[in-house]
Amino acid sequence: MDLSLSDEQKQLQDAAERFVRDKYAFENRRKIAATEKGWLPENWAQMAELGWLGMAFSEEDGGYGGGPIETMIVMEQFGKGLVLEPFLPTVVLGGGMIAKAGSKAQKEALLAPMIEGKKQFAFAWLERQSRYNLADVSLKATKEGNGWSLSGHKGVVYNAPSADNIIVLARTSGSAREEKGLTLFVVDAKAKGITRRDYPTQDSLRASELTFDKVSVGADAVLGKVDDAFGVVEDAVDHAIVALCAEATGCMDAINAATLEYIKTRKQFGVPIGKFQVLQHRMVDCFTNAQEARSMTLMASLKIDDKDSVVRRKAASGAKVQIGKSGKFCGQSAVQMHGGMGVTDELSVSHYFKRLTMIDLMFGNQQHHLTRYSNLAMAA
Amino acid sequence: MDLALKPEHKAFADEVRAFARANLSAATKAKTFSGKHYDKDDHIQWQQALGRQGWLAYTWPKKYGGPGWDVTQRFLFENVLAEEGAPRIIPFGPKMVGPVIYTFGTDEQKERFLPGIRSSEVSWCQGYSEPGAGSDLASLRTRAVREGDHYIVNGQKTWTSFAHWGDWIFCLVRTNPDAKPQEGISFLLIDMKTPGVTVRPIIMVDGAHHVNDVFLDNVKVPVANRIGKEGEGWTCAKFLLANERLGIAEVPASKRGVRSLRDIARAEPANGATLADDPAFTAQIADLDLQVQALEMSELRALSTMALGGAPGPEVSTLKIRGSEIQQRITELAMEAVGEYAAPYQPGMLFQDTNETPIGPDHAPPAAPRYFNFRKTSIYGGSNEIQKNIVSKMVLGL
Repeated sequence: MDLSLSDEQKQLQDAAERFVRDKYAFENRRKIAATEKGWLPENWAQMAELGWLGMAFSEEDGGYGGGPIETMIVMEQFGKGLVLEPFLPTVVLGGGMIAKAGSKAQKEALLAPMIEGKKQFAFAWLERQSRYNLADVSLKATKEGNGWSLSGHKGVVYNAPSADNIIVLARTSGSAREEKGLTLFVVDAKAKGITRRDYPTQDSLRASELTFDKVSVGADAVLGKVDDAFGVVEDAVDHAIVALCAEATGCMDAINAATLEYIKTRKQFGVPIGKFQVLQHRMVDCFTNAQEARSMTLMASLKIDDKDSVVRRKAASGAKVQIGKSGKFCGQSAVQMHGGMGVTDELSVSHYFKRLTMIDLMFGNQQHHLTRYSNLAMAA
Repeated sequence: MDLALKPEHKAFADEVRAFARANLSAATKAKTFSGKHYDKDDHIQWQQALGRQGWLAYTWPKKYGGPGWDVTQRFLFENVLAEEGAPRIIPFGPKMVGPVIYTFGTDEQKERFLPGIRSSEVSWCQGYSEPGAGSDLASLRTRAVREGDHYIVNGQKTWTSFAHWGDWIFCLVRTNPDAKPQEGISFLLIDMKTPGVTVRPIIMVDGAHHVNDVFLDNVKVPVANRIGKEGEGWTCAKFLLANERLGIAEVPASKRGVRSLRDIARAEPANGATLADDPAFTAQIADLDLQVQALEMSELRALSTMALGGAPGPEVSTLKIRGSEIQQRITELAMEAVGEYAAPYQPGMLFQDTNETPIGPDHAPPAAPRYFNFRKTSIYGGSNEIQKNIVSKMVLGL
């Protein structure tokens, strides 16, 4: 057993740390969030140049042969800076599904340019009724000549405003909520029949509601096998969950550091408020929570490519439960210990708090994953 | 001892309900149930209607123009108004400075200020906290120097809710820098139109503007605007804070919150059914429901002590602590109920009259912003840490 980073991984960590330090000072981030896209093309180009967009993919797929640990290292630093570039929807989700299920032609047409920073993706799975059930899909794809016609609605599609391609989860057969009968389609974001309603999210990302009205795609738009997408989707989402957990550990480190600094300097009753035992103990609990979050994230990153699907799923859900719990504790505590300043827009604390809150709600909150983990553990 | 209402109390509740239905605008009411922010008119129109009825200053004795209600009537009044979707009464005039003025003020001050408070013709805000004086309020540094029959006031107040709407501000100021912290403080009423008063907005986590910094730069305040003796402002301050802690538990709003959570659970789809069919979720609502009942009964016990002539004791701090935690938990569950649809940020649906359709269900737009915003409830009015210090010292003698 060895839990230390390799030299290459350390270099990656240093580079990601430097990127965040140079590009994501808090006031800079505010400016980036206010741009039209909500992220910076020059930052994206730099990520491509540094090899981050391809690091987790095999050399066969045009990548650099890394994996979940590399993703974890970068996401953790992104969390520290509340980075806004669409790494998760494009690389982890879009890239992940294409690498896993894509044909040679699809990899050439989509994955290769993505690694070069020339293509971005969005993953459209959620519908109004879906909650956290990945199989609760009613957007329909019906056969149309050699191709397909897509009609229905998708919600909270992150990065849809900037994406070149939207990867759509559609029902091709089966009944509501059946895992069998789901198919993935890669659709040109500008395809006729797609209507977008764009908006910012609570945590300054961009997303859209999408309506598909008889959107025609060719047979080559199918990603993977017809009717058999569920396993690919679940696995990609579990990878995304682990990446989100890493991002959350970065957020927790940053918010804890800011809070520690604040209670050391803010004076009331003639002393720094960090002299009061009630705050000391709460700060210790924050620190402990962040440690647990980091541990579970590392464990999940090490297990998420395991051969056994139960091991993978339990690892993702287990880490998500911990991140939900720790993120809430650190976020709420940081706000409380900052007093009124913690609920202002002015300080970064409220922004980390918002991101941690949204991470809990993405792909299933603490309660959802506790149930999923429990069911998997009981079945074993 | 009896929990049941007497017939005259039932008639009273009916009267309050009829009044609310006749006087509360449909638009204001809709904002309450959809979690939208009120604008100034929502508050003022409603409060002035209450004022005309003689009900705005509903906690005041008859002698000062209040209705002289008993504890049961106040309880019914607050609950019926919450059920009917009335905005909370902005407390700074009728619940805070009004009682200070009739308790500590001169007859001249009572005549001058109380009518405008009772009618809501005059809006008030609170100048307590300062950048360096939050939990440690007594360390406040805003300085008032006597010059003939005026004070010249210099300093900065912060977290001042509705200062941008306020006509007057009541301020704690330091009149004697050499005395012990609590002994050098005086209680001043300042007209916001006085030269040297500047208001600067503070934007909160949810993008809302309710609170402000208030800068006081050589503001000339007549000595006649001081309530109580010079150097005895801390007595007024403590009296006011004890009253504040009683109302701050927000029990009627939390009861409405629990009802609304159940409505949301019935409306939220989940696995082909609704969240109402998910026992893990509904049990969390039930847990909150019971917490609200315990809080309500504790508040009624405190009020009934007051009705027998006692003053609210330091144990009301426990009501503030639990009240704030319950409010926060309600907003947390309302957000979790919405799931990923809590993510879209829709300021138009929060702050403006708009014909836009919301993204997600109607209850989605305010869900996350309210959760973020309500973190303030365990901070304002004396943080929960300070409240616990009060209970451990004053009640438990630790």
